[in-house]
Amino acid sequence: MIAMDGQGGRAMGLYRRRRIVNQIVLVLSFGATAIGLGWLAVILGTLLFEGASGLSLRVFTETTPPPGSDGGLLNPIVGSLIMTTLAVLIGTPIGIFAGTFMAEYGRFSRITHVVRFINDILLSAPSIVVGLFIYEVMVAPMGHFSAWAGAVALSVLVVPVVVRTTEDMLALVPKEQREAASALGMPLYYVITRVSYRAARAGIITGVLLAIARISGETAPLLFTALNHQFFADFPYLNAPMASLPVVIFQFALSPYHEWQSLAWTGALIITMAVLALSIIARTLASSRKMS
Amino acid sequence: MSMAPVHSSSPVPVVNRAAQSGAVHDKITVRKLNFFYGGSRALKDINVTLYAKRVTAFIGPSGCGKSTLLRILNRVYDLYPHQRAEGEVLLDGNNILAPGQDLNLLRARVGMVFQKPTPFPMSIYENIAFGVRLYERLSKPDLDARVEQALRRAALWEEVKDKLAANGLSLSGGQQQRLCIARTVAVKPEVILLDEPCSALDPISTAKIEELIDELKDDYTIAIVTHNMQQAARCSDYTAFMYLGELVEFDTTSKMFTSPADRRTQDYITGRFG
Repeated sequence: MIAMDGQGGRAMGLYRRRRIVNQIVLVLSFGATAIGLGWLAVILGTLLFEGASGLSLRVFTETTPPPGSDGGLLNPIVGSLIMTTLAVLIGTPIGIFAGTFMAEYGRFSRITHVVRFINDILLSAPSIVVGLFIYEVMVAPMGHFSAWAGAVALSVLVVPVVVRTTEDMLALVPKEQREAASALGMPLYYVITRVSYRAARAGIITGVLLAIARISGETAPLLFTALNHQFFADFPYLNAPMASLPVVIFQFALSPYHEWQSLAWTGALIITMAVLALSIIARTLASSRKMS
Repeated sequence: MSMAPVHSSSPVPVVNRAAQSGAVHDKITVRKLNFFYGGSRALKDINVTLYAKRVTAFIGPSGCGKSTLLRILNRVYDLYPHQRAEGEVLLDGNNILAPGQDLNLLRARVGMVFQKPTPFPMSIYENIAFGVRLYERLSKPDLDARVEQALRRAALWEEVKDKLAANGLSLSGGQQQRLCIARTVAVKPEVILLDEPCSALDPISTAKIEELIDELKDDYTIAIVTHNMQQAARCSDYTAFMYLGELVEFDTTSKMFTSPADRRTQDYITGRFG
């Protein structure tokens, strides 16, 4: 303020203009935040309003009903859990190994740049393309839809997320720490598994959780692979079509039957809450990493 | 190992009690060493000797190659491609730059402490025990004793003895650096390389580490890179002055700080540049 008084009216004019611009940008920022949060609140509110009424024990204990009668979502819930688990079991090791190669062994090699580029494409590939691809390579040769195909399609979505977070998190480990570990006479694989992984652990786990959150709402890759299953009869055969929450929601929401529509809302609420819980866990882990 | 009397008269400053014996061994001998970062040559025909159980200080303006030289002595530069050393570095007569060296064993013999403290993300105890377990199988009581001994040597034991399970990262900067020294000492290397170990520390921690260096040289050969001329004068027996990738002068610390032979050394030490 003192300097500005000394400079006279010209400086004050500039300052006033900056203040006005500041106010305008502030209002715009608040507005954008409010619009974003507002829609989120409306979506969550609608879900709660429409879905919560249908929420009962029956949803978790009975299988999907035929039109016009009561039932639950047991088979799609279990199907989603099975296929998500399988996808994570398939995709996570691949993702972590690839990310480790890129951040540690191949840090300076040309192939790392190529892999990173391709991984980024895979990361943003439409999931329906992944579904079609797995249909071509698994469903068509096998002659039928199957839970295996669904799990593999989902794992294709898991891999790029895990690769990316693993590489990023390992890249954040200071190079001095690797040098210090090597300077003790530690072999490279030891440096990676005992020092780098330890430092990056929370971040890598966060990546896996985010991948789970990503795939648990995917419908398109499952439509072409696991398809759906009205009953529990073939359970738990992974070689047969399997219901999943997103596909059942898709089918029930489009149906004219009131019971089905109600179940679709409830299913949507369950998925949303599960993803929300996963995100909160991932956030908590990520912030605990920053603090340590 | 060659046993050579270096100077017939008083070889080292009188203030250094450990250096009063007349003869010293060569521990590391550097001959015609050149170093390249990609195409640029960072070190030019370096010849220097680290004497066993003596402290050798490397001084010189930023970018003169002192840290680069240090990083060659345990080949930590090997972690990066496009970095290349030519010439000879003899550790007890064995050229460590020759192909077929086991780098992990070499680094277990030539320990290093870095400019920034680098505790591992694990407990204070584990930070030290971890390195020891790499090459030795000790019983739990023996390992405990080794950890305590290393922490005592690094003048850290009193401060951490009640919280050995706490994360190493929870210590202060000075304590972290002493933890790193303890970790290095615990694996019983023969040579300890210190790359500006005090540059991130407050004066009290610096004094503690200088005292520590004075004690460690009874058992170890020490090389220290420092920007602090007083530090070099205080804690080293020999000093090497480097400038633009060349080793300008190497002599006893007392000689270097009282009557250096080269004009550039004189100018640097008296603060005319650098």
